[in-house]
Amino acid sequence: MNPQDLQYSTEHEWLRVAGDIGTVGITDHAQSELGDVIFVEFPQVGAKVEAGKTLGTIESVKAVSELFSPVSGEIVEVNKDLLNTPEVVNADPYGKGWLVRIRMEKPAAGLMSADQYAQYIIAA
Amino acid sequence: MADKRTALFDIHKRMGARLVPFGGWSMPVEYSGIAKEHIAVRAAAGLFDVSHMGEIEVSGSQALALIQAITPNDASRLIDGQAQYSALTTPEGTAVDDLLVYRQSQNRFMLVVNAANIENDLEWIRARNSLGAHVEDISEKTGLLALQGPRAAEILQPLTEMALSGLSSYHFASGQVLGVDALVSRTGYTGEDGFELYFPASESEKLWTAILKAGEPAGLLPAGLGARNTLRLEASLLLYGNDLDRTTSLLEAGLGWIVKLDKGDFVGRDALARQKAEGINKKLAGFVMRGRDIARDHYPVYVNGAEVSHVTSGSPSITLKQNIGLAYLPLAHAAPGTTLEVSVRGRACEAEVVRTPFYKRKDS
Repeated sequence: MNPQDLQYSTEHEWLRVAGDIGTVGITDHAQSELGDVIFVEFPQVGAKVEAGKTLGTIESVKAVSELFSPVSGEIVEVNKDLLNTPEVVNADPYGKGWLVRIRMEKPAAGLMSADQYAQYIIAA
Repeated sequence: MADKRTALFDIHKRMGARLVPFGGWSMPVEYSGIAKEHIAVRAAAGLFDVSHMGEIEVSGSQALALIQAITPNDASRLIDGQAQYSALTTPEGTAVDDLLVYRQSQNRFMLVVNAANIENDLEWIRARNSLGAHVEDISEKTGLLALQGPRAAEILQPLTEMALSGLSSYHFASGQVLGVDALVSRTGYTGEDGFELYFPASESEKLWTAILKAGEPAGLLPAGLGARNTLRLEASLLLYGNDLDRTTSLLEAGLGWIVKLDKGDFVGRDALARQKAEGINKKLAGFVMRGRDIARDHYPVYVNGAEVSHVTSGSPSITLKQNIGLAYLPLAHAAPGTTLEVSVRGRACEAEVVRTPFYKRKDS
């Protein structure tokens, strides 16, 4: 199930907010759709990202997908562990499979609650 | 138009397969994950539903003559119970399709063709059937399962009276599997030992379920088209529509070994004989990415900064843990060791031309 304390984007990313730091990952639905994740291409730490704009790419065996940032801000950390163990994105998308941390310029807007996201993927 | 379904569609859904459109069909791309299924086929076995493939029966006293006239390989060399890889060729020596020719008897053959090409192939064959052979599309009523992997024989043997040890590569026999009339062929599209089973489509569920159950202790997994693609690419088996089509000559595709210029006339013979005499300008070659970037289908390929080609098939190799691909390269840049650049979303990433196949099983 999708954790209740997270916010969700229409591009199937999740956001966990602690102060002005937002942690971003992909949802369980997204990892399931992608299949075996084998490579994550991260932005540089320090890079500015914008809500709705590309954040990097994620590659599974069968396809490459773009990652979109759910918020605007500056990249403060990327999950380097995934360079050697990208399959953790599949195994633990809401935990050890997190992707980046962003210092948010302003509070997130236009994201969904867990229940709204659950409805969204049923309707999609 | 809605995608067509094989007889096993509901079972695939029930098993939790991810179904995707493929060549006009809704087909399982994966069950437990492409990598897991791929590894199962290399280490134990995998079972694939490939009932979407087309089967065309060619029979009558003119059957062999028709096949000889439209395919480049020499079907007259086949004996009963033997199969060969061949193609349908255009007058230019390019490929309408690639296929398998099965000789069941002197006057009865079966052609196994790609799912997306069934209608085109039938039309192509019938338009060249001035000899009046009987040509019948038996795709709808034919089920096809591929049991592939080093443990395929030990899984299948207890389910049939047929002596599988007597069946060598590219040979087949007719008999019963679990009481179902089947044609069992030692062929496949994975680079492993294995079998392809042709049988009445109405028996699909019975065979699929029983084979999976029988193979479970040996590590057999249901496998989808995703693993089929990564397996066939490692073995450098061509995919029609990607690596081979009506714009690529069989000689450029590295299929000179199925072009028998001395067998008599066939569609495309003159063009292929001329190309062989004059030499070709490009050929399909394999490459390995030097870094971690993955070359995908259609990505542009550069040599010394100039775009020379594109990737026809590109994927991570699960067995080799490298990223591999195929591309048509100018002969001057097709030698193993040559450095290429593949444009990965705008970034030039180095690759090196290598000998194919990328993967060859140890006992072959």
